[in-house]
Amino acid sequence: VAQETANRRNAISMDNSSPLAVGQRSRRASDPALVSRRNAGRWLIVLASLGFAAVVLAQALYASGTTTAGFANWRPVLYAYLLWAVALGAGLVMTRGERGERALFLLPAVLFTVAMVIFPTFFGIYIAFTDWNLSSFTGRQFNGLDNLRSMLQDAYYWNALRNMVYYVLAVLVQYAIAFGLALLLNAEIRARKFFRVVFLLPFMLSPVAVSWMIGKSIMEYRFGPAATLARHLGWDSPAFFASPWIARFSIMAMDAWVFIPFMMMLLLAGLQALSKEVLEATKVDGASAWQSFWHIVFPLMLPVSVTAVILRIIFELKLADIVINVTSGGPGGATDTVSSFIFREYRDRSNVGYGTMLAEFYLLIIIIFITVLLSLVGRWMRRYTATATR
Amino acid sequence: LATYASSPERAHAHAPTLRAKYALARLLIYGALLLWAFISLFPIYWTVTTSFKVAVDVTQGHLIPWVDFHPDWKGWRSLGLSPDTLFETSTVRDEFIKRFENSILMSVGASFLAIVIGSLAGYGLSRFEYKFGPWRNKDISFFFLSQLILPPVVLAMPFLVLYKELALLDTRVGLILVYTLMVLPIVIWIMRDQFSAIPRELEEAAFVDGLSIWGVFLRIVVPLALPGMTAAFILSVVLCWNEYFFAALLTSTDAKTLPVMVASQTGSQGINWWSMAALSTAAIAPLAIIGVFLERYIVKGLTAGAVK
Repeated sequence: VAQETANRRNAISMDNSSPLAVGQRSRRASDPALVSRRNAGRWLIVLASLGFAAVVLAQALYASGTTTAGFANWRPVLYAYLLWAVALGAGLVMTRGERGERALFLLPAVLFTVAMVIFPTFFGIYIAFTDWNLSSFTGRQFNGLDNLRSMLQDAYYWNALRNMVYYVLAVLVQYAIAFGLALLLNAEIRARKFFRVVFLLPFMLSPVAVSWMIGKSIMEYRFGPAATLARHLGWDSPAFFASPWIARFSIMAMDAWVFIPFMMMLLLAGLQALSKEVLEATKVDGASAWQSFWHIVFPLMLPVSVTAVILRIIFELKLADIVINVTSGGPGGATDTVSSFIFREYRDRSNVGYGTMLAEFYLLIIIIFITVLLSLVGRWMRRYTATATR
Repeated sequence: LATYASSPERAHAHAPTLRAKYALARLLIYGALLLWAFISLFPIYWTVTTSFKVAVDVTQGHLIPWVDFHPDWKGWRSLGLSPDTLFETSTVRDEFIKRFENSILMSVGASFLAIVIGSLAGYGLSRFEYKFGPWRNKDISFFFLSQLILPPVVLAMPFLVLYKELALLDTRVGLILVYTLMVLPIVIWIMRDQFSAIPRELEEAAFVDGLSIWGVFLRIVVPLALPGMTAAFILSVVLCWNEYFFAALLTSTDAKTLPVMVASQTGSQGINWWSMAALSTAAIAPLAIIGVFLERYIVKGLTAGAVK
């Protein structure tokens, strides 16, 4: 028993490819009961895979009209996938023992992700090259690069992409405000808990409700409080969604209202994690508040700041619901985001093939953008910390 | 001014000015805090009060109940939720309750599923060494986290087509699966962080006592990680409750959620201020309550892993 537990402990802390684990496996392999169990496990996986493949094939043949027997829809394939997943898990445990048990922790997440993300994304690439329109009765047809060609000429799509640049730049303003609020909350104040809860509240609210609450009622032209206030301040016709830039700013303001708390909380947690000694030391040195912030706090906060800004940019790139519900992209596409544009492309024209092409292209841009951003930021951070410590 | 600030003796000599400066700083800090508190709260206040207004109060921009307008149940009556209509039949209320149930069921169901799958993966990634081709734990973690960048539009239309084939369109299960997918990267991220914070000695002691890997996980680790799980769960519920994009595309009648109902009201009948206000209030109330009472967990969930 002692040997066994020692093995287990080793297995936990060590890589499986270590010599000890290999020795263990070969020792086990000589045990006949284990060998038969491993074989059974292997068979289980093979049979389950064959069964799953057979169900998929049968349904595919039925759906294409080659055979007459089949299910009414693809739902049974989903059940077959679940069964296959269970068999795979059991088979792994049987063939690999403890290693299989460990793999079982990761398996559900991996299989779920493969089924729900990887497969739909690749399926989407296929759709993107068809003229699939849900409202047409002719069905889908492969149309080669037509979608790509019309995308390149679609001024509204490129306009939406350009708007995304503005929206992403607005994140920096949000960051500045969020940092200020985090500093305020970190100062020695009374009722800190109250302010924290109040500041967090906007983040909790549904953007759809926010679109109505702020976009359609508070900013309403005739008697919204914001319009009334603007009139008092001397803006005669406070139309928040009439001219392109003002509409864009209004959307940005609403978006900021919802998401500043998110960045604020990250930055506040970062501030609270700073060591008190460093901050005390700056006070003793007689540095002014501005100096101590700019030379001590800000550099120390840089990693958290970068995390907050990048996470926020990632979320910003998905911005859709506020735009869909307040302006529907108007006026003249000035507030359109890529997501809201594709949403309308589907809802108004049922143009699934073209819409998917736009979305997949957008994903490509995002991946490239985020990768470049991460590597640039990483390089910049290394240089910055190098000069700071010198 | 520069010489004045740089000479400490003179600053000491002018203690009253220092105190005045301190008071001014306090004033500015509290002023800024109160200003932002007002910005955060006013839209909520406006929505709640508008749900008690009649048409005249809205058009004249009345703000304070009992002072410049008299509260009326008009908005809530149109939802069938005012005291006098509460016990009568109301189709709007039935619709609302159905959407409310859908929202609760889906956000709780998806969050629960995500916690189960995500905790398992998070534990595995924090404790064991995986090798999947050239991928190690770090790459696998990054793979899961990288799904955060996937915009919903990319998946929305393939899902529309696939769900149609799978007969999952406009079903609760279908939307639960999508929402699980949406929060899973965040949950894995939080849980991995939580499990890493639990000392391994406890588990090793349990191994000595003869528990299996799964026994250790379920009996020792899960109870210790419960606060972290709660945080991840609540954050997931909030995110799922507010989700609009997928719900708008993938549901039509049966599985419609509350945000879709709110959005569809604005479209169809122009703006019916009081009933929209009542509906919005009802839609945000559960989250406002969660925000006030469970703020600790939300902050914990948001900041886990991001701040080291």
